[in-house]
Amino acid sequence: MANDLEIRGVSKRYGDPPGGLLAISDISLNVQKGEFVSIIGPSGCGKSTLFGIIGGLVPDYDGEVRVGGQRHVGTHKDIGIVFQEESTLPWRTVLTNVALPLEIQGVSRAEREERARHYIELVGLAGFENSRPVELSGGMRQRTAIARTLAFQPKVLLMDEPFGALDEQTRLLLGDRVLAIHKELKQTTLLITHNITEAVQLSDRVVVMSYRPGRVLRILDIDLPRPRSSDSVTDERFGRYVAAIWGDLRAEASRGMKEAEALRGTGRRAG
Amino acid sequence: MTRGGSIGSIGLLVAVVAGLEALSRTGRVSAFVMPPPSEILAAIPALVLHEGLGYATWLTFNTTFAATAAALLLGVPAGTLLARRRVLGQAYEPWLEAAFAAPIILLYPLFLIFFGRSLVTVAVMGFVVAVIPVIIKTREGIIGVRPVLHNLALSLHMTPLQSLTKIVLPAALPTIFVGLRLGLIYAMINIVAVEFLVGIGGLGFVVADMYDRYDIPSMYSAVVFVIVLSSLFFLLIERGERWLRPV
Repeated sequence: MANDLEIRGVSKRYGDPPGGLLAISDISLNVQKGEFVSIIGPSGCGKSTLFGIIGGLVPDYDGEVRVGGQRHVGTHKDIGIVFQEESTLPWRTVLTNVALPLEIQGVSRAEREERARHYIELVGLAGFENSRPVELSGGMRQRTAIARTLAFQPKVLLMDEPFGALDEQTRLLLGDRVLAIHKELKQTTLLITHNITEAVQLSDRVVVMSYRPGRVLRILDIDLPRPRSSDSVTDERFGRYVAAIWGDLRAEASRGMKEAEALRGTGRRAG
Repeated sequence: MTRGGSIGSIGLLVAVVAGLEALSRTGRVSAFVMPPPSEILAAIPALVLHEGLGYATWLTFNTTFAATAAALLLGVPAGTLLARRRVLGQAYEPWLEAAFAAPIILLYPLFLIFFGRSLVTVAVMGFVVAVIPVIIKTREGIIGVRPVLHNLALSLHMTPLQSLTKIVLPAALPTIFVGLRLGLIYAMINIVAVEFLVGIGGLGFVVADMYDRYDIPSMYSAVVFVIVLSSLFFLLIERGERWLRPV
């Protein structure tokens, strides 16, 4: 099968070698067409750096990122980004927020509204087209952001902890919605997360990263039947996957925590 | 403001006016220094009918609007530039802050020499004080745009102009509006003051004229008229600003 996204030997160093900080080291990963892959790691594993590199927001790095076989520099129209932070535009309605990328591409008003409505329905926000973000909950705003990214039909959907700020129950239910969207669109998706349940619930494969410098520790195939839903958490295999990932992460996370505490102790700022 | 607060404010006003009326009527304060408020109010219709108070109001407001419009036209691009060019912005900022605090009105003789004893001088004096808060607040608003919105503009392949008109300026608009409001207030204060000092133009001129004629009740009438009118005007702007803020 064709790879929509290829990441080859990507490293990123902040600052110059002596004293500089190696954030991620030699990450390689392929994401096939239609595949749902999650990257999971402890705090400080360089997840956000990797997100920035793949999304084209971090310009200087070693190695290469290829989209549809082409090496890319800067942001790429085939990679659709959903940010961790609130990124809906408060002065626009849900409809015009979602239609924004199409507006930039010069799509006619009638067509972009029609397409926007389709994706708004897909993320389960039908009926809220004319609401403004301030009238919506955090989960609804993130779904608006997801619809906006899907609206310009990128090859790869890249999400950086999109539900990080939400509570666990909302997160599980939104996971169902993401599964439904993935089933409908066969959208190639790369999700960056620190939530183990979320990674297992949604993914075909989970990439476990180490603490700084971030390396790939293990790539785990999640062999749970699709279609899945949040009910999958009751599957005993689900628990085994969660346990396996935690087994890998535990040492890394505690190393990260100790280092962060040590930095705090010496009064230095964590990078 | 709460209902109780509103009633309190109005009660305070009534009490002060009644007190002044009593002081003036009983002769404790000379009616020449402080005429009774009832006489001040009674003199307003005559000012409108015979002294062109209506026209003066129209003139002052138009001059204020013209000065503020010019301040927006120049101040928003200037503020944008200072936000985009960091070093330039840091170089200019202390001077702008200093100018913001300075009594620029004292420069009016200089502007009289440049532009003559004309409405242009009055309008320029308004512009000079209005443009400073517009520049400062535009810069502040643009610098305050959250990084994720810049990344959004990047990820959607916006041109610099698209990113400015579709993301940056709308996001900065509530802050820019604060600058606009301050600009309007400062322009109006300075314009009325210059009208008073130089004796041309609108409301400030009417106050000066009444003072020169020792028509003290009419002078107070004109002053009260200006204060009430500008207070109402700025209340209206505040409403507009609240409407503009999305949250």
